[in-house]
Amino acid sequence: MIATLSAALGLPRPVVVATLGLWAVLIAASALVLVLRARDGARYRELTERTASWWWMIGAFTFAIAANQAVAIVFLAIVSYLALKEYLSLIPTRRIDRGLLLFAYLAVPVQYFWAAVDWYNMFIVFVPVWMFLFFPALMALRGDTQNFLRAVGTLSWGLMLTVFCLSHLAMLLVSGEVTNPVGGGVGLLFFVVVLAQLNDVAQYTWGKLFGRHKVTPSVSPKKTWEGLIGGVLTTTVLAALLGPYLTPMDYLWSALAGFVIGVSGFLGDINISAVKRDLGVKDSGGLIPGHGGILDRVDSLTFAAPAFFHFFRYFFTP
Amino acid sequence: MSTNPLTRLARFLFFAVLVRGVILLALGLTVRHRERLPNDGPAILAANHNSHLDTLALMSLMPLSLLPKLRPVAAADYFLAGKLRGWFARNIIGVIPLERGHVRKGARPLAALDDAIERGDILVLFPEGSRGEPEALGRFKTGIGLLAAAHPDVPIVPIYMHGFGKALPKGSALLVPFNCTVSVGTALHGAGTRHEFMNAFEAHMAGLAGKETVPAWD
Repeated sequence: MIATLSAALGLPRPVVVATLGLWAVLIAASALVLVLRARDGARYRELTERTASWWWMIGAFTFAIAANQAVAIVFLAIVSYLALKEYLSLIPTRRIDRGLLLFAYLAVPVQYFWAAVDWYNMFIVFVPVWMFLFFPALMALRGDTQNFLRAVGTLSWGLMLTVFCLSHLAMLLVSGEVTNPVGGGVGLLFFVVVLAQLNDVAQYTWGKLFGRHKVTPSVSPKKTWEGLIGGVLTTTVLAALLGPYLTPMDYLWSALAGFVIGVSGFLGDINISAVKRDLGVKDSGGLIPGHGGILDRVDSLTFAAPAFFHFFRYFFTP
Repeated sequence: MSTNPLTRLARFLFFAVLVRGVILLALGLTVRHRERLPNDGPAILAANHNSHLDTLALMSLMPLSLLPKLRPVAAADYFLAGKLRGWFARNIIGVIPLERGHVRKGARPLAALDDAIERGDILVLFPEGSRGEPEALGRFKTGIGLLAAAHPDVPIVPIYMHGFGKALPKGSALLVPFNCTVSVGTALHGAGTRHEFMNAFEAHMAGLAGKETVPAWD
């Protein structure tokens, strides 16, 4: 059956097995949540909502990777677009920059195009160099200097985070076709996305069970050392098991990659928490019931995707 | 509104496909307390007004089965100016035109609205009168207070919206994507005088607005 699926979907066999495993975990977790809900519905309402949303998100992700590379890239670009839109809606913006923000949105398809055609040199400079210079130039030419620095600073930073950082997922997918003979680009994408998300869940669960000592009381009071350490350890162990199967890394390198994903995921998470705290909002949006906005969901990936990409590129690109 | 089945189909497709599609992809709505929206007419949705998108977004929140009953109230001088705009406003958007400005003695400017409420329609109304300054709450006109006093059984739902004035402000034809928020309040009923109703309405709108964190727009 796995061989048939692998051939029909054009996916490497390990990716098919890992995806089936992911669905098995989702079904098992949902069954557990159903039992909890039957016991005390009111207490587990948010957990139920979160779990229902996971079905949608894992469903969309599975569809994207199973269809073909182009669909997967469009899917990732839409995630970037939604994250940028959410960010631009949260921050204060100047009236004069309204039209200019359309160019910021336009940067999304362009950046993902560089990834799609595997043009690494352009991919890596387009946002940090060209967009970084383009927006202040345009703003200066328009002549309004009131809050100029604030406007250009917040826009450039948001583009880096939501477009540049997240687009590393697409570059991983495309470049992995060559660099990963084991599970292909899709194997690398699966590895970082699933581990970063599981890392979130693991940190949350460990924190709920044993959390005592706060890591960053002023930024994210719910984050505890127990959650962080338990989560990173869980991710490291899972990575050591999954890595040799999906990637060219052996179990030690995979464990190290898992550690990198776990720690960077945590840092990405508190980074968005700090932004929200600064702006005085609880959730970045209302797109995903039980989770908040899309930035609340991909916060860990904004750090974990580039961190894992460059880790893998440095050590494993021939 | 036309009774021609083709025009009605065009209206349905416009709202079911185009409006919902644009709102989903280009805007993105956060709706607070969707359950407070009325399940059937007659009812009045009364919101603040910053953009043409306000009307479309509000209408998209109601189930498509109620679309034939949904009637935005709009200024006759603006929306009926020009043949094409007038046809589109009447038949596709389904507006009930309202005369603005000086009303001669004895005329009942709100008669069309009374009729619509009697028919069981759901009015979409913007008591600020015009879109005004983007993302700023203007003064409410008291026409809605008259309606409330005349129809004390009809629920009037105060709705506070923000973000739309950034996405498509007055005087611009360029839509820039922004997430928008629609915050639905609890239904009000016209019990006392029109001024008592207006005070209650203003208090509800201020309460809804106060709960939102709206980024500066300068």
